Amino acid sequence: MSLLEVSGLGIGFGGLRAVDNVGFSAQPGEIVSIIGPNGAGKTTLFNMISGVYLPDSGHVRLDGKDVTAAEPHRLARMGLTRTFQNLQIFQEMTVLENVIVGFHQSESGSLIADLLALPAARRRAQAARAQAQELLKRVRLDKAAEELAGNLSYGALKRLEIARALAMQPRVLLLDEPAAGCNAVETEEIDHLIAELAKSGIAILLVEHDMKMVMRISNHIVVLDHGEKIAEGSPESVSKNPAVIAAYLGAGDEESVDADS
Amino acid sequence: MDALLQFMLSGVTVGAVYALVALGFTIIYNASDVVNFAQGEFVMLGGMITVFTYQAGLPLPLAAVLAIAITSLVGVALNKLALEPARGAPVVSLIIITIGASIFIRGAAQLIFDKQLHRFPSFSGDAPIHIFGATLVPQSLWVIGGAVLVFIALWLFFTKTLTGKAVLATANNRLAAQLVGINTGWVMTLSFALSAAIGALAGVLVTPITLVGYDVGVGLALKGFAAAMLGGMGNPKGALVGGISLGLLEALTAGYLSSQYKDAVAFIVILAVLFVMPQGLFGKSTTERV
Amino acid sequence: MKLSSKWMQLAALAVLVAVLPLFFPSGYYYRVGALIFVNGLAVTGLVILIGYAGQISLGHAGFAGIGGYACALAPAHLGLPPSLSILLGAVISALLAMLIGKPILRLRGYYLAVATLGFGILVSMVLTNERALTGGPDGMAVQGLALRKILRGWGWKLTSGEFWYILSALAMLVGVWIALNLFQSATGRAMRALHGSEVAARTVGIDVARLKLQAFVISAVYASVAGSLLALQNQFVTPDIAGFMHSIEMVTMAVLGGVGSVLGAVTGSAILTLLPQVLTVFAEYEQLVLGLVMILVMIFLPRGLLPSIAAKLKGRGE
Repeated sequence: MSLLEVSGLGIGFGGLRAVDNVGFSAQPGEIVSIIGPNGAGKTTLFNMISGVYLPDSGHVRLDGKDVTAAEPHRLARMGLTRTFQNLQIFQEMTVLENVIVGFHQSESGSLIADLLALPAARRRAQAARAQAQELLKRVRLDKAAEELAGNLSYGALKRLEIARALAMQPRVLLLDEPAAGCNAVETEEIDHLIAELAKSGIAILLVEHDMKMVMRISNHIVVLDHGEKIAEGSPESVSKNPAVIAAYLGAGDEESVDADS
Repeated sequence: MDALLQFMLSGVTVGAVYALVALGFTIIYNASDVVNFAQGEFVMLGGMITVFTYQAGLPLPLAAVLAIAITSLVGVALNKLALEPARGAPVVSLIIITIGASIFIRGAAQLIFDKQLHRFPSFSGDAPIHIFGATLVPQSLWVIGGAVLVFIALWLFFTKTLTGKAVLATANNRLAAQLVGINTGWVMTLSFALSAAIGALAGVLVTPITLVGYDVGVGLALKGFAAAMLGGMGNPKGALVGGISLGLLEALTAGYLSSQYKDAVAFIVILAVLFVMPQGLFGKSTTERV
Repeated sequence: MKLSSKWMQLAALAVLVAVLPLFFPSGYYYRVGALIFVNGLAVTGLVILIGYAGQISLGHAGFAGIGGYACALAPAHLGLPPSLSILLGAVISALLAMLIGKPILRLRGYYLAVATLGFGILVSMVLTNERALTGGPDGMAVQGLALRKILRGWGWKLTSGEFWYILSALAMLVGVWIALNLFQSATGRAMRALHGSEVAARTVGIDVARLKLQAFVISAVYASVAGSLLALQNQFVTPDIAGFMHSIEMVTMAVLGGVGSVLGAVTGSAILTLLPQVLTVFAEYEQLVLGLVMILVMIFLPRGLLPSIAAKLKGRGE
């Protein structure tokens, strides 16, 4: 039994099949990359797996348990979480607070305790704070801890999102273009971070445009085109697959519909 | 049966006014994504200005035209002075601004005019018309006819004229409209003028029946808003259907259930509709993009 | 707000409350002060709903109405002392908020605004129309609090103005303390997260629907208690307490001062409560000025008075 198993997943928006009959699986510690031309349905696939969109067909299983219609917060509590392509940061909160929010499940307790600042609530908050500081060190944002998140650079925010996701101690982590907009140094940092996370046993689903990075760190690659899976396998086998090469070459001269909208 | 017809006739009359207010909401909402809580004040201004210019000796038609023109200017000023400087502000801020504008206009009207209720003569006398045992004042026909004409004229404007299509394009996608050379600033001015004029016209038409005072705007705005929501925000067809349905529901409630709670109908309907289909009868649903 | 800790803010407020009476030219100002604090309490609740959780309500006066009429009706019909009536009103408000909040809070932006507005208006209509019970639009008398007599028995003689000044100030300070606790707690942080990005909040395991409901219920209780105190100190209550304009006033106070910060909201209540007092000479200009203030603040100080000023001062310091 795989940790994450996706089968026959599909969704349509007003007649357009944005994703159709996509399936794959991921084991603990494995990095599975989803690649494909713009508009192939990668983010839509992520949105379905993470519970943001409700798929019309297919199943998502976590530890063999069907979690297809589960809401994002329930999935998060079961150990599946994600980052976003277009950054979803809590801009008006400090960098540290952003990560502390990631500890919500372990930190939250009785509402009354929170309202009256009872010792129990303060202890919970202290613990979450300390752990969050550790995580910030790990993504090397500890110096910016007290800054408003909105003031950070794009690359730093990408790392902040990962730190926030890690706070939940996920078993499955979906990363949507974690290196987009990052410079070479930042990309390498993220590269290392992902490899490290996988080594610690987290199954990673990765959508990324930087093909060098994808080929370097992935264990398994799933290729989408026009919402359908056209190939799957090791980085070597996929990069030699004629269908994949054709999809990538073909996407350059035809206007592809952005199925994510 | 006579009673039912009577209720329906008065319901359609009131509903026509709600539909016009809702249409005003719709036009501004489409053009600028702003829900204008000062919409009811346009109706008040239409009535009040007509009353006072008519009392000053102007012939009624001229007084009415003048009232509609001045109210349009107020609408344009509202956009230029209060909303344009706050473009991109969060919804809460925009709500506060238009409510502020509504209170401001009301305060100004109370100073310039007075706090009394007023009316001017009906356009075609007050001799009631008898239809199958129900009675109808001729002014009701003016209200209903006026609303029908406005909706037809707008439909023609949006579908047959280039300007109307420019307004629709701007409503659809502001940036794209700018890119194809539409002057979106002008479209905005036009939309506010149009919306205010429609509101003022409603005020002119209905004043002989319901009277007008400086504070009638709030109630009308809320009803018009309710009608627009019921039909689905941003849809002119929805404004018409929502307005008439609300008017009918109110009249039937007043007739058969409780006249005290007739004003509650609007809000009960709203809550019910929002719970069952949050996008209204004709609204389009949206998928959040992440 | 990271610059000032919870206790600094509370201390500043407490000092202000204690020092202010030294400048009162007459006993009348105790009344005005008490009114500011009661409004401040209601508005602090709205800060939790609007400022923390990012949800709008244009109907919170409805809860103030429930609190107010609980203090009018429960002593008369149930024989409950006024102090317990405050509690009863708060419980009813909380239950009602839970009941209507569930479906309403799925809505967003303007839809949420109109749904809450509808709720508030329905409450005020019931209060206006059920004459037999509520006295209709003319309102009804409210029995005073026994507490003042008890204090007098202990030798602490307070005028009604002084008594309500102190009691309202205490109520507000407790309300502010709770709101500041919440701000720094897991729940408050999750509320602010939901405000920042609902979808991200969900993916970190936050039950968004439950959290919105909590914010709605808490703010309803604040409004209800404020409504009770208002009715008790006026010893009279009319349906206006639940009216649309009262809801708007509350939201305006919150947004005017700065809905992201509790102190800002209290400042907003002070300004908007004082405005009519200052303008009594020009009573007919009151609406004009109120409307103008609302528009100008939103345009020029979109984050509200206090945060905008704080940002300006900070900018100068750097």
